[in-house]
Amino acid sequence: MSGDTILNVAPIEIAQSRERRPVTAARETVFDIRNLSVSYGKTPAVKDVSFEIYRNMVTAIIGPSGCGKSTFIRTLNRMNDLVPSAKVEGDVLYHGQDLYASRVDPVQVRRKIGMVFQRPNPFPKSIFDNVAWGLRVLGMKDNLKDRVQHALEQAALWDDVRHRLKKSALGLSGGQQQRLCIARALAVEPEVLLMDEPASSLDPIATSRIEDLMHTLKRDYTIVIVTHNMQQAARVADLTAFFSLDVLPDGARTGLLVEYDATEKIFTQPSDKRTEDYVTGRFG
Amino acid sequence: MSVVPTEFPAGRRFGDRIGDRVLYGLTAAAGLGAVALIIGIAYKVFDGSSLAFSKFGFGFIVDEVWNPVKNQFGALDLIWGTAVTSFIAILFAAPLAIGIALYLTELAPRVLRDAIGALVEMLAAIPSVILGLWGILVLGPFMQHDLEPFLKSFLGWLPIFSGDTNANGGKGILTASIILTIMAVPIIASVARELFASVPADLKDGARALGATRWEVVRGVVLHATRPGLAAAVILGLGRALGEAIAVTQVIGSVTQIPNSLFGTGDTLASRIAAQYQGYGSNLQASSLFYLAAILLVFSLVVNFGAQLIVRRFEFQNTGGS
Amino acid sequence: MTDVDPRAQQLFLTDGRVRRRRIVNRVMEGLATVASATAVAVLVIVVVSVVRNGWPALNANFFTTSPSFSAFGESQGGILSSIVGSVILVAFATLFAVPVGVLGAIFVSELAPRRLANVVRLALDVINGLPTIVTGIFVFSALVLAQGQSALAGSLALAIIALPLIARSTQEVLRLVPSSYREAGLALGAPRWRTVVGIILPTSLGGILTGTTLAVARVAGETAPLLFTTSLAATTVTWDPTQPVQSMPLTIFQYAEQPDPSFHTKAWATGAVLLFFVLLVSLASKFFLARARRKLSG
Ligand SMILES: Nc1ncnc2c1ncn2[C@@H]1O[C@H](COP(=O)(O)OP(=O)(O)OP(=O)(O)O)[C@@H](O)[C@H]1O
Ligand SMILES: [Mg+2]
Repeated sequence: MSGDTILNVAPIEIAQSRERRPVTAARETVFDIRNLSVSYGKTPAVKDVSFEIYRNMVTAIIGPSGCGKSTFIRTLNRMNDLVPSAKVEGDVLYHGQDLYASRVDPVQVRRKIGMVFQRPNPFPKSIFDNVAWGLRVLGMKDNLKDRVQHALEQAALWDDVRHRLKKSALGLSGGQQQRLCIARALAVEPEVLLMDEPASSLDPIATSRIEDLMHTLKRDYTIVIVTHNMQQAARVADLTAFFSLDVLPDGARTGLLVEYDATEKIFTQPSDKRTEDYVTGRFG
Repeated sequence: MSVVPTEFPAGRRFGDRIGDRVLYGLTAAAGLGAVALIIGIAYKVFDGSSLAFSKFGFGFIVDEVWNPVKNQFGALDLIWGTAVTSFIAILFAAPLAIGIALYLTELAPRVLRDAIGALVEMLAAIPSVILGLWGILVLGPFMQHDLEPFLKSFLGWLPIFSGDTNANGGKGILTASIILTIMAVPIIASVARELFASVPADLKDGARALGATRWEVVRGVVLHATRPGLAAAVILGLGRALGEAIAVTQVIGSVTQIPNSLFGTGDTLASRIAAQYQGYGSNLQASSLFYLAAILLVFSLVVNFGAQLIVRRFEFQNTGGS
Repeated sequence: MTDVDPRAQQLFLTDGRVRRRRIVNRVMEGLATVASATAVAVLVIVVVSVVRNGWPALNANFFTTSPSFSAFGESQGGILSSIVGSVILVAFATLFAVPVGVLGAIFVSELAPRRLANVVRLALDVINGLPTIVTGIFVFSALVLAQGQSALAGSLALAIIALPLIARSTQEVLRLVPSSYREAGLALGAPRWRTVVGIILPTSLGGILTGTTLAVARVAGETAPLLFTTSLAATTVTWDPTQPVQSMPLTIFQYAEQPDPSFHTKAWATGAVLLFFVLLVSLASKFFLARARRKLSG
């Protein structure tokens, strides 16, 4: 299987840094991505990507701007369905089930595979209603208050907002808003959390809180994070996939997966020259 | 471009000063002219109604009689007719227009979106007199022979659908309301469309990523975020319906009465003024028409300020009050 | 199918609630689609009615002769006098409204102190929301009572309706003019009026054109304000603006109420001509708007 050829991670080393999960044999595949290509109209964005994403790990996607990181991560919960020109080829298997099979309901996909976006996007509602909205829509209305509280606790926001739950979410700071968005996503009990540059609009303190959060959250969730920031990937990710831009024979530029490995390996002894150039700052 | 010397020839500087003055004077005259105009309009309308006001006072508003022969005038029936036709029109138009706007912003494929959007704009461009003509000659007979009997047979147990369907050739309250609906829909739809298009895609993505259906996203995010703007748009459409004279006068039957069903004839403020433009018999009747215009003017002011007020409050809320 | 992982099973799970949500979604999508289809259908029905019913009367004669009436009370002749009248009314209305609207917009957007600008803007909004019959009755009492009906009085009423439309489009495009243009002008030491006349006005021409065409399309079909101001007209062609003139909207209004069907055909035909003109001008307005936007933001 092509996934294996790229993923040449032996059960190896790693892991002195805090809580980094040893990448050992006992890992369970959540996503099995096979020969995935996405194009917008006739323009390819990512081409022929294959790899596996594992349960209860943080998988980082890094790479230069425009290499299709966002495009890729959005195929994992079918957010790209909403872009009329986007065309997806290949398979994304979620616990063995093709997400793009005809009998799969994209609405259910997004419900199980949550997403946090680059810019915090709380609804213009109260803090409580931001978290409760999804619960109400999905009919998870039993113990609404407890569920909201639990989600806010998970997102390490409860103490900040417990006394102002009825206040508008727009009054929160950027970092708090982003954690609210995480709480909102967690409240509906997804299995996977996709994060597209969740900290890129935040200051360093807010960023480090989000990073801390990821370490705790991965006990219960599988996390995929896109990031521009290589230190961030190094700090939070167990595995890292490096995407790069490739120039096709006809001059079009498209993203492709260059290397996928344990984070430590990607940053210390990458096996591909392009990865090395990128992580050592000689590129992009 | 040549370098401008720091020292102008005295003459040119003087000329420029004059030029600036003239420009300011002219534009200020135009701008303040608009202010003077609206004040003048209000003054003239109220002034014209003074005779009727001195005779009838505010009792005019609650008096049902409109009898030029006896020189007795009151506006109650007309206010009632205005309120009912506008209300029904908005009742139909608001959901229709919001549906159209949602279809255009959330559902329609790109090709259809532009085409249908343009067609809806064209609907707004149809002169009211043409809609009225169509109302008399096409919609009226259809109402008389088809829709009204149909409504009566199914909903006749409701008093509002129990009237005589054959009495007035399809003219009446319901027909007028439908014409007003056609006029209000494109107005509300175009504002609503802009509002919906202004809802950040971010927010909608956020809701979709929680596993909400398209309708749930619309209800929870799109409609929620645009509520006050929508209210203002609906009020704007209401203003249009309240003030429409021509098309209404063509199809409402112009009878001073509060009919016992929607199939009955009636009249509105604007329509009454339009219908009696020629041959008012007395100064008092003329002045009473001005009184009607004054009431309309007040309605339109209330509607205008109401809409603005809602939008203001909305802006405050949307910044989180912070 | 081989055994599917229970967690994947949830992706096509259809319990009652999911099914209900899906149905509600479908229904709402359907309703929105039906609403759009209804609007389009109404447009088509109205336009087809107008054209089909007016068709028999639409011949050369219709455009070249003025109305006359047979001994049996039938309508004969065409609508030349109405066409001429409408042209006069709209032309004068435009002539009155454009300078005031444009200058007023410049005042509001460029020159006036904020408070005053808000007052003027409010006044324009109120005028825009005014029922046109009120505008008509205002001109009636301000002009017609003393001087009698005339095309000029009618034009004035139409100009009041056109004014806020022109002012608003001009303001909108003035807002799009990059402030660097203004600064460039002022930095060169050019006086304000030269900046306005030489730079800002020419750049906003597209917006002025948009507003003007929009206003023309709107007032060409206005009927209510003409009732009091220029309705007692002869059925012959006049180019004299001090006389009351016949106009297309009023002709439709009056013919529609006549008992004899020959008038109805004429009313439909007049409607067809008016509608064609109005839609054409609206289209032009859309075109100008698109061009102005492209120029300023492209
Ligand atoms: N909706 C869209 N329609 C058309 N092309 C798109 C769309 N979204 C992205 N693209 C194109 O696809 C390519 C990949 O974009 P993508 O946003 O996935 O890159 P990225 O790696 O996330 O970049 P960044 O680091 O800047 O966020 C780019 O060339 C982009 O222009
Ligand atoms: Mg991106």
